[in-house]
Amino acid sequence: MSTDLIAHPLLGVALALHPQVALRPEPFGALAYHYGNRRLVFLKHPDMVAVALALNVHDSFAGALTACGVAEARWPSFVTAFQSLQESQVVVVRTTQEADHS
Amino acid sequence: MSVESLVSQLKTGLDAPICLTWELTYACNLQCIHCLSSSGQRDDRELSTTEAKRVLDELRDLQVFYINIGGGEPMVRRDFFELVEYSVASGIGVKFSTNGAFIDAEKARRLAAMEYLDIQISLDGVDAATNDAVRGAGSFDMARRAMDNLAAANFGPFKISVVVTRHNVPQLDEFKALADGYGAQLRVTRLRPSGRGVDSWDNLHPTNAQQREIYDWLMANGDNVLTGDSFFHLNALGPALPGLNMCGAGRVVCLIDPIGDVYACPFVIHDEFRAGNVREEGGFAKVWKQSDLFTSLREPQSAGACASCGAFDACQGGCMAAKFFTGLPLDGPDPECVIGEGEVALAELAAQPVAVSLKPRPAMDHTKPTRVPVLL
Repeated sequence: MSTDLIAHPLLGVALALHPQVALRPEPFGALAYHYGNRRLVFLKHPDMVAVALALNVHDSFAGALTACGVAEARWPSFVTAFQSLQESQVVVVRTTQEADHS
Repeated sequence: MSVESLVSQLKTGLDAPICLTWELTYACNLQCIHCLSSSGQRDDRELSTTEAKRVLDELRDLQVFYINIGGGEPMVRRDFFELVEYSVASGIGVKFSTNGAFIDAEKARRLAAMEYLDIQISLDGVDAATNDAVRGAGSFDMARRAMDNLAAANFGPFKISVVVTRHNVPQLDEFKALADGYGAQLRVTRLRPSGRGVDSWDNLHPTNAQQREIYDWLMANGDNVLTGDSFFHLNALGPALPGLNMCGAGRVVCLIDPIGDVYACPFVIHDEFRAGNVREEGGFAKVWKQSDLFTSLREPQSAGACASCGAFDACQGGCMAAKFFTGLPLDGPDPECVIGEGEVALAELAAQPVAVSLKPRPAMDHTKPTRVPVLL
């Protein structure tokens, strides 16, 4: 794997689940529903769910991936998946720099 | 995970439905000739307000994100707003279908003030003649008045919901223009031979030539038009339409009818597809998770007579309800199979002795009795 992918700009960004998004666990991972734009999205692996839930307490996407024990070899596929979650507004860039440790 | 493997996962069922339709009442001010629930008169056994709220509590616990409310005409229920408000307050969004009769200026403002609420106004023609032939005299003006009231109340993008028939296929562009004019979203769905549709389907369903027209139109406009994934039988014509391309009945979809019966989908109100009742012990959750019917629907399904057809992967054999109510076997072609196998199967069935060709009838008929004036 190339270091370019590891260095993807999204990895350094602090992300968060949109406050209007609910996750429902399912055998394959989870369903995410955005009450604002009414979009239903599939999180197709349990690790994706774990990372999505960890976003709010880490200062970067990479931090959440590391904390969830996702091997670096898999990061490029997570970058792609979370970019698509960003497009549907399920995941958003956190506006404050402070992580939510509450 | 690829789309294919996700779909194969979904076919084995979810912990709770994604798309749950709840018909609140069989009462309706209209009597559309294709009504999938043969609505008209209220049923004495309909769920009370308290029972309905108990079901909503269950759906909240199951984390059902939203429900599709229909009927009959749901706004006929006196507790309509109470139930919608209770649902939204429980975190369950509401999309409801209506003919618009009860959306006056004041109700439109009340609806516009609510969050997590979507409205679908049914309309089956862009002019009164086309629409009213199916939905009844005055129903076109009724729907347009409701749309005008919603627009005046700044409701935002409501939906205009069209059942595609032989008579309105040529109007698809005009429907789109009408929706665009309101800033509304167009939704087009497939006509099923369910409810009163068992008797009107022959005269209403699109011709085989029109199936191609619908497919081409959806390919050109599909990204901006909702379809409820209902046209996947057309995928045998070429590249797949947007959507999951699968029958969700009992797997990701189900219906709760006004008396609490749970069916595999909104188009199969018949004992054969009744999985249980929300009033039974264990409620809706037990029906969804454990009923014999839903368990069997989540097992791999046989392609049957369609197994040797190269298009099966694309069309999935079509719609279970369409096959059932036209008297065709469930493991054979859809009556509107675009390859033409459905027409052959229907012709073969029609040539059989009457006892064999008899089609199933819906479980219940709530059509209002015809009032014959008494001559004194």
